[in-house]
Amino acid sequence: MNQPAQTIERTPATEQPVLSVRNLTKLYAPSKGCHDVSFDLHPGEVLGIVGESGSGKTTLLKTLSARLAPDRGELLYLNSEQQLMDVYQLPEFRRRQLLRSDWGVVHQHPQDGLRMRVSAGANIGERLMAVGDRHYQQLRQRGLGWLKAVEIDEDRIDDNPSTFSGGMQQRLQIARNLVTHPRLVFMDEPTGGLDVSVQARLLDLLRNLVMDMNLSVVIVTHDLAVARLLSHRLMVMRRGEVVEQGLTDQILDDPQHPYTQLLVSSVLAP
Amino acid sequence: MNADRHEHVSSEAASPEGYNFAYLDEQTKRMLRRALLKAVAVPGYQVPFGGREMPLPYGWGTGGIQVTAAVIGSDDVLKVIDQGADDTTNAVSIRRFFVTTTGVDTTEKTCDATVIQTRHRIPETPLSEGQILVYQVPIPEPLRFIEPSETETRKMHALQEYGVMHVKLYEDIAHFGHIATAYAYPVKVNGRYVMDPSPIPKFDNPKMHQSPALQLFGAGREKRIYAVPPFTDVESLDFEDYPFEIQSWDHHCDICGASESFLDEVVTDDQGGRLFVCSDTDYCRTRVEAEGVQAVASPAKTQEVLS
Repeated sequence: MNQPAQTIERTPATEQPVLSVRNLTKLYAPSKGCHDVSFDLHPGEVLGIVGESGSGKTTLLKTLSARLAPDRGELLYLNSEQQLMDVYQLPEFRRRQLLRSDWGVVHQHPQDGLRMRVSAGANIGERLMAVGDRHYQQLRQRGLGWLKAVEIDEDRIDDNPSTFSGGMQQRLQIARNLVTHPRLVFMDEPTGGLDVSVQARLLDLLRNLVMDMNLSVVIVTHDLAVARLLSHRLMVMRRGEVVEQGLTDQILDDPQHPYTQLLVSSVLAP
Repeated sequence: MNADRHEHVSSEAASPEGYNFAYLDEQTKRMLRRALLKAVAVPGYQVPFGGREMPLPYGWGTGGIQVTAAVIGSDDVLKVIDQGADDTTNAVSIRRFFVTTTGVDTTEKTCDATVIQTRHRIPETPLSEGQILVYQVPIPEPLRFIEPSETETRKMHALQEYGVMHVKLYEDIAHFGHIATAYAYPVKVNGRYVMDPSPIPKFDNPKMHQSPALQLFGAGREKRIYAVPPFTDVESLDFEDYPFEIQSWDHHCDICGASESFLDEVVTDDQGGRLFVCSDTDYCRTRVEAEGVQAVASPAKTQEVLS
């Protein structure tokens, strides 16, 4: 349970953050949405966002992943050529290009992130085809490789995701996102709706992929166990505000804010 | 405007009482021509237009008829084909519609026509400069199969997000071992817009490339017009290791003996008898009339099919 503390050492303090967020605000109504959020995300770092339903976690994630324009604030992304870009100042096509190549979004419901009517192989290949890959056999090989990487039987490559189980769909969604080797992945409750054993397997897989590919991840969850297992740092949200942030173990073992204390003490121990 | 009106007075004599030349009123034709000009200026781009109710059902060529009505003049010569044939219901009805409402001359000969309205084929005889080919289009949006939202498909066109078109071809190869899409095969026009060429067989796709004729597409139900101007690049999408291929047959046409035309298979009896004949009836007849070709097929068979 205590692994994350070591992996954070891999990030030298001098390295520039891959994502810088400054005073990001998107409010639907007072304290509905997210208000004045600022943080830095370094390469290889996993940031967890926790909080109760309606606290603005998903709104924040959508704003961070360039899918929902903020009312105020800045979102700066450092691309692989070390150029700093202000995401919401980019023309829309560059923003969408980022979303299909450098970034990945794993949705809570696989049907939002997958094309349910085309085969698993085509789902994995879509991003590659979108960036100009035009060789069928190569696409096929990449598809097979990724199915293996996310522990799906290779002979399911021509089956539609609608015939997959929930856990398989979620793993396929992850493969589909990681195929272009993104540097930054946003996940919205990736384990929601899965039973605990499938959840454990998915978390294990995710943790390995994150380490192997040196991904930076922002993960939204209401499950503190998921947060503890995956994330290096935690942000606790309530009513659209970040009430506390810090290292995961520090927050979970020594919560300072009354709301965090409530959240941590509400976890049912089996 | 005024000159137009005077010109049409004479031909109105030939049309049924109370109807304008070519059925549509002049304002509607202006609106259509504006859409057509925009379509020609941006090859492959789908221009919305105010589609009118036509005196035949959607799906029977209402888009094509409106485009033809907008471009036809009293000295044009019209040819109408349906699946390559001049004598099928759709072609006969539409030809009669324009004869009644405009009084123009009609022809079955591809080379004599100035305006050709077509459903599902491009004539085998190469088109020439000055000819206009009008297509009837049921579903103009090539991205529709994967993206049901119109706002989203328009955005995808605007940003050239065409990766999903290859998803469709990928699926074909994954399930059938080759690109099984045989008609409405997606093309990229002028290196920019991906376009649905209407349900013509992919056999006809190469004819669109650098064609000297003006190609206009009208979708009546979807209310979209698009165009390929003369001498424009039209490239069929494919994979590097699965290049675009057109259909081929082991047979020759049983009437004219043509080996390079699109063939229809005609079942002649319930004993397994069948014929392969050119789908382009004008092309077939022209070849039969030319000397020396007659010998290929037996006269009895020829009679049977032509009657």
